[in-house]
Amino acid sequence: MTPRARVGVAIACVALLAAVPFTVPGYKTSLVIETLIFATLAMSIDLLAGYAGRVSLGHGAIFGIATYVVLYHVTTGGGSPWVAMLLGVAAATAAAVVFALLAIRTSGVYFLLLTLALGMIVWGMCLRWTSVTGGENGLRGVVAPAWLAAQPVFYYFILAVTALMTWLMWRFAHSPFGLTLQGIRESESRMRALGYNVPLHLFIAFTVSGFFAGLAGTLYAFFNSFVSPSTVALAQSVEGLLMVIVGGVGTLFGGLVGAAVIIALENVVSFYTERWPMVLGLMFIVTMIFAPQGLLGWGRAVLARRRSRDGS
Amino acid sequence: MDRRKFIKSASAVVAANAVAGAGPWVPSASAQTGPIRIGLLAPLTGVVAAGGKEMVEGFNLYWDQHGKKIAGREIEIIVEDDASNPDTALQKARRLVEQRNVNMLIGDLLANTGLAVAEYVKGNGVPYFIPIIAADDLTQRKRIPNVIRIAGYSASQMPRPLADYAYHKKGYRKVVTISQDYTFGYEQCGGFCQTFSELGGSVVQQFWQPLNTADFSPYLAQIQNLKPDVVYAMETGADANRFIQQYANFGLKGKIPMLGCMNLTDQSVIRTLGAECDGIVSSAQFCEGSTAPATEKFVAEYEKAFNKLPSLYGFSMYSGAMWMAAGMTAVNGNVEDRPKFLEAIRKVVLNDSPLGRPVRLDAYGNPIYDVYIREVKRRPDGKYWNVPLETVPNVSQFGKYDPETYLKQASYSRTFQGIRKS
Repeated sequence: MTPRARVGVAIACVALLAAVPFTVPGYKTSLVIETLIFATLAMSIDLLAGYAGRVSLGHGAIFGIATYVVLYHVTTGGGSPWVAMLLGVAAATAAAVVFALLAIRTSGVYFLLLTLALGMIVWGMCLRWTSVTGGENGLRGVVAPAWLAAQPVFYYFILAVTALMTWLMWRFAHSPFGLTLQGIRESESRMRALGYNVPLHLFIAFTVSGFFAGLAGTLYAFFNSFVSPSTVALAQSVEGLLMVIVGGVGTLFGGLVGAAVIIALENVVSFYTERWPMVLGLMFIVTMIFAPQGLLGWGRAVLARRRSRDGS
Repeated sequence: MDRRKFIKSASAVVAANAVAGAGPWVPSASAQTGPIRIGLLAPLTGVVAAGGKEMVEGFNLYWDQHGKKIAGREIEIIVEDDASNPDTALQKARRLVEQRNVNMLIGDLLANTGLAVAEYVKGNGVPYFIPIIAADDLTQRKRIPNVIRIAGYSASQMPRPLADYAYHKKGYRKVVTISQDYTFGYEQCGGFCQTFSELGGSVVQQFWQPLNTADFSPYLAQIQNLKPDVVYAMETGADANRFIQQYANFGLKGKIPMLGCMNLTDQSVIRTLGAECDGIVSSAQFCEGSTAPATEKFVAEYEKAFNKLPSLYGFSMYSGAMWMAAGMTAVNGNVEDRPKFLEAIRKVVLNDSPLGRPVRLDAYGNPIYDVYIREVKRRPDGKYWNVPLETVPNVSQFGKYDPETYLKQASYSRTFQGIRKS
């Protein structure tokens, strides 16, 4: 795709998304809001998984920490939502720093398991620290500022933030720093031999990724007005990762596609059968067999094939 | 489709909508006729799926028996699976209200799912009925006007009469409690321990074990060493099943008597157990072995329909449906007038419930019951069920306390159990 075409597609996507509150008001708009929030989480996971080759199972916890902090600050502490948002992102980034310090020296399945364990610690804390987190029952309360109460306004707020975050993540992934990460993914030893400080790069990448996951978490607090240990549970990390895998690892925008597909499927399928998790599972298997590079990767491959055929 | 065409069609969609002016700000006029839509939330998947299925069974049984029609309006029931997960529950509640346009919501089993939905309906005023959710504060410190516990109970309500029975009738003085480590457990144990210690009994030790404990032997060994007069067990689901079995296997059965919360000896637990559950004493508003004609009739009908004895889930949802129907009839089917409908629901006195005794709500939206002290006994056909030992009349969620004073006390938690030191 030429750069002009790319800008065109981006504008078309935004225009289409901007029309959502008018075309499908009510519940479906709230689904799109949820999709956008989870897309941000998925893309933050993809920054690590797709570019640095480090698959994390701790991002659900980082995301959830931000959600907890926002709800705690506003409902229990009585603070302002904007300060809460800042604190939430800061807490999530801080958690990412700790996670990163412990996990970056590992790779592959060890990295996966270490981040999983760290995420479980956060989950355990949220479950047991009842005086702060409300334990199993979680924290509740409307935390979004009053002027965001109307759904269209809230929708455009989320859309704007997501668009900005997506652009920032895209810039990050396509910067020289992002290219270095790709180099580390391909061959750590070669990058080290070339004089790159591999752990430092991974540390920064993890922290940045955690920052975006945290931001998605604060938006989720605004959207959901509720948080419980299930938000920081392993299932949350896995769902984020599945969105990336379905959309396409290393494509960044695949996170958006994956989030849309999974959330839409969850809602459509559960309309017809209570066995919807089974249908989702089958879909994952089918994706893995027929489009292992994800939906976006598959679409790109099809486009490329057609173009080369037209060219010949 | 090339890019230009795509942009063109996309902008056409936007323009068409702007012209049509169908903005989301204009609420669609609610239909006064047409069916009354009830959104039923139940965990059909996840950790408490078994209970969720019984909720749906009980709810549907009522409507199947009495016809899905009130004041000329059809009753439409839309069931959604909350997956035993509060986030899913919230999403499904949104869908029921915003997409399926339900007039009211009922259901959920786990406290955290109910609390999530309650927070959502707080914002939009949709009536939400909770026959199963027992979290104290939903009808106490954090009441929401449109959340009403029809046919339900609050967690600390039932153990108080049991503590009184244990102290006065049985002469127990030293109790050890064991409970799942979450709010429902804190509240049930709190209700028991506060009453028991205020009467003069002593709470020797409290164990809080994680949900889904496979092996209870460390706790059982400690219980044996502490030599209490009685054990109060607050376990639900599979934990309850395992605890009762291991208690017997460990040789404690017959040595230290066991009292339990209503969930410990609910049919959903003891249905699969044998002699090991015999003789456990608990307290509840419902007792499937009661000889009250209304209860006998309900139990027989339920057994015929589903080939099993009714659990609290089935019973509560059945009574909940009955309660809703009474409220709807009182407003002549006009459930769109929410304040009037909620008022009618609050005023319902349920005379023909399976309990066979009138049930009504207190001023805080929680039912007042005659509570049974019940014991697990073997039926002639070999099944075990709860039979009444005695009845404690008019037990509200505040027990013998004055509501205003009681609400000034902190909520029960792992650290606050209301225990009076003697």
